[in-house]
Amino acid sequence: MIFVTVGTQLAFDRLIEAVDSWAGKHPGETVFAQIGPGQYKPKNCTFADFVPPDKANDLIRTADLIISHAGMGSILTALKYQKPILVLPRKASLGEHRNEHQLATAKWLGQKPGVFVADEAHDIATILGSRSQLKSGDGISEYAQPAFTDRLKDCIDVA
Amino acid sequence: MITFNNERQMTTLKQKKVLAVASGGGHWVQLLRLRPAYSHHDVTFMTTNAAYAKDVDAPLVTVTDANIWNKLGLLRMFSEVFMHLLRIRPDIVITTGAAPGFAAVVLSRLFGARTIWVDSIANSEELSNSGKQAGRVAHVWLTQWEHLAKPDGPQFWGAVL
Repeated sequence: MIFVTVGTQLAFDRLIEAVDSWAGKHPGETVFAQIGPGQYKPKNCTFADFVPPDKANDLIRTADLIISHAGMGSILTALKYQKPILVLPRKASLGEHRNEHQLATAKWLGQKPGVFVADEAHDIATILGSRSQLKSGDGISEYAQPAFTDRLKDCIDVA
Repeated sequence: MITFNNERQMTTLKQKKVLAVASGGGHWVQLLRLRPAYSHHDVTFMTTNAAYAKDVDAPLVTVTDANIWNKLGLLRMFSEVFMHLLRIRPDIVITTGAAPGFAAVVLSRLFGARTIWVDSIANSEELSNSGKQAGRVAHVWLTQWEHLAKPDGPQFWGAVL
């Protein structure tokens, strides 16, 4: 199963349309899409506007592949469950977010094993064409860098 | 009998009231990744989705999700945050943003809380708008990117990843 998610806030029709179009050509694939407040309704995937956080976690855990916007919530969760994730960064220039931070996030996290980046919507089909190469990395620890949380802890404990 | 060899050690053993604040999605995930910093205290979580209660074993309160483009929502959210602060009276407020965290940092100054702003790791090229504003009020003002740290703040102490 492929789990597609646009995150908790904004629509991202460009992503949903691209994946839906790919799914139409690959009827053997099961795709579930969380589409947010989008206008475009998928024809070839089952979908929901939003899913509760625990259900979203379950979907990520059981999926073979995650496809999402370049949001930290989706990427950190995919890394935690050691799932490969393909991201399409939102562009503020297309009205998809308030600024261009997702382009920077994609550039940075795209260097991590298990994180794959589609620069443009049409790259999604190309990348999915070599799906066997979309392998997960080694996962990440449950918590932030200990040096960071230790310093915050000291600051809180003596406050 | 337990003895304390200095005052600081005694202080560290005293539980504080911590209010941990984040809006949904990435902000929430980052707040949870910081749990070792605060979970040994008396924590209340504040977020925008009641379903996140399943992620934590501490009390959780919710406020309206709002951003700078929704003035009415912002007003409502600020008043909700204020009412929660009035009841909880935290010693510490720690937040990973966004708007509800900013409201908590600003308003909790009225109650004398110590406030910590951790700007989202997603802001790798410049601080978020709320992050820039938070610098004026937060006691501890952090970016998760070393290259964004400045002598007058924000400081860099590390990152959630």
